[in-house]
Amino acid sequence: MVSVNPASIPQSPLVAGMKCRVCGKQWPVSTTNFCEDDFGPLEVDYHYDRIKPLVSRQLFESRPNNMWRWKEFLPLNGEPTVGLHVGGTPLVKADRLGKAIGIENLWVKNDAVNFPTLSFKDRVVAVALSKAREFGLETVGCASTGNLANSVAANAAAAGLKSYILVPSDLERAKVLGTSVYGANVISVRGTYDEVNRLCTQIAFHHGWGFVNINLRPFYAEGSKTMGYEIAQQLGWRTPRNVVSPMAGGALIGKISKGFNELAAAGLIDAPRTSFFGAQATGCNPISGSVKENRERHKPVRKPDTICKSLAIGDPADGFFAAKLIRESGGWAEDVSDDEIRECMALLAGTEGIFAETAGGVTVAVARKLVRQGKIRPGEETVLCITGNGLKTQDSVAEILPAPAVINPQLPEFQALLVNGAPPVRKAEPAMA
Amino acid sequence: MAITVNIPPPLRPYAEGTDKISLSPADATTVAGALKVLVTRHPGLNDRMYTNGQLRPFVNVYLNNEDVRFLDGEFDAPLKDGDDVAIIPAVGGG
Repeated sequence: MVSVNPASIPQSPLVAGMKCRVCGKQWPVSTTNFCEDDFGPLEVDYHYDRIKPLVSRQLFESRPNNMWRWKEFLPLNGEPTVGLHVGGTPLVKADRLGKAIGIENLWVKNDAVNFPTLSFKDRVVAVALSKAREFGLETVGCASTGNLANSVAANAAAAGLKSYILVPSDLERAKVLGTSVYGANVISVRGTYDEVNRLCTQIAFHHGWGFVNINLRPFYAEGSKTMGYEIAQQLGWRTPRNVVSPMAGGALIGKISKGFNELAAAGLIDAPRTSFFGAQATGCNPISGSVKENRERHKPVRKPDTICKSLAIGDPADGFFAAKLIRESGGWAEDVSDDEIRECMALLAGTEGIFAETAGGVTVAVARKLVRQGKIRPGEETVLCITGNGLKTQDSVAEILPAPAVINPQLPEFQALLVNGAPPVRKAEPAMA
Repeated sequence: MAITVNIPPPLRPYAEGTDKISLSPADATTVAGALKVLVTRHPGLNDRMYTNGQLRPFVNVYLNNEDVRFLDGEFDAPLKDGDDVAIIPAVGGG
């Protein structure tokens, strides 16, 4: 096999450059992630007129079922070199969950089974690290609430990149182990995610490393669009009436929307009319708070307090843009308690056989709350985005689950159990309160 | 001792390459005051940091590593000798 140095590949003719999301000014493609005129975040801009004649439904469907089938819409110059098998996760028709929460036409996009690290972060990391190699970077890193840590560590290991992963010191043990095992340099920081993130920004400036969620963020975030393309294709090349997405930094919900819009711009689907609904934990609800209180800017949360660590970002980078999308699309945002999160983790598992992490509990519980509020109507086709795997956050749900019955290996004891002490069957509350 | 205001690398070209400035407590008594001194000494930073007299929304400012928005008085939080002010773009996360 001939090895090509990704750093030597000329810029893709499909990428127009970088564009400030505030003032719209164009910048060259680089590892600077913000506009030097006004500090606005930069986003990758494409030549859609060049992409449109190159793509078709047949082309995409003829390629392997992973996120790179959508490569014309992704910001690499050459072929991907990291995370070649990411994406292509199931869209599950969730009739039993739908009945429990009061939505007749419900789907679950299940990124809890993404490869290799069981969360949607594998999508963003595949793009960010492939791009890091195109920039010639040898050391990468991230600030993380856990899922990103796992994914950067695993994908960096497979790509032979050195990685520094900084996490808040109160992170779940499984997420720390699931990072260290890949040989990453894991640093546990006494502080909140936002403090870790600020430190990483300073490290990125100081060392010139590629932090996927900071100076590589414009490329990283593009990976999330593939969740949107997949949803549309899996529904038969159309978009749903509603999408419910968890929000931490607030980027995913916007990128699913961008994915829908790009498919429409390429003439592959009708113009989307999807309403976007955002889900947070009440213990860290800067974005849902700003939507509900009709504030343009979110109020940052100093000390997030929730079992849902993966959404515990008090000062979300995309908070402003997420809230704007939610308002303009006719959606809404809500937040739920830790008890509701646990209950709905078990509900999703018990109805659909999908064990999602705490953020999945947030998404299901918020969807149920939105139905009860009349914000989502029972007949509206709705997709829930499940973004991470429950095996990573087992402790958070353990306390509400029944302990197994213990018996001797004798048939009469088993029979007695059936008569006297069959394990409790959990019933969901009715959808309409 | 003095009060230090740190300039992030991407803004240094607009501050004649300077990485930080030192002030005495007599120069500025609040965080907002210290930022005003910064843009007075390096006028090239003014348009980058402010729009219509307001700090731009994606500029974060920290006093001794604490986000100024969490301090009593926010940008009017008082300064003392030895304090460290840092300007950091607010575009990480997720």
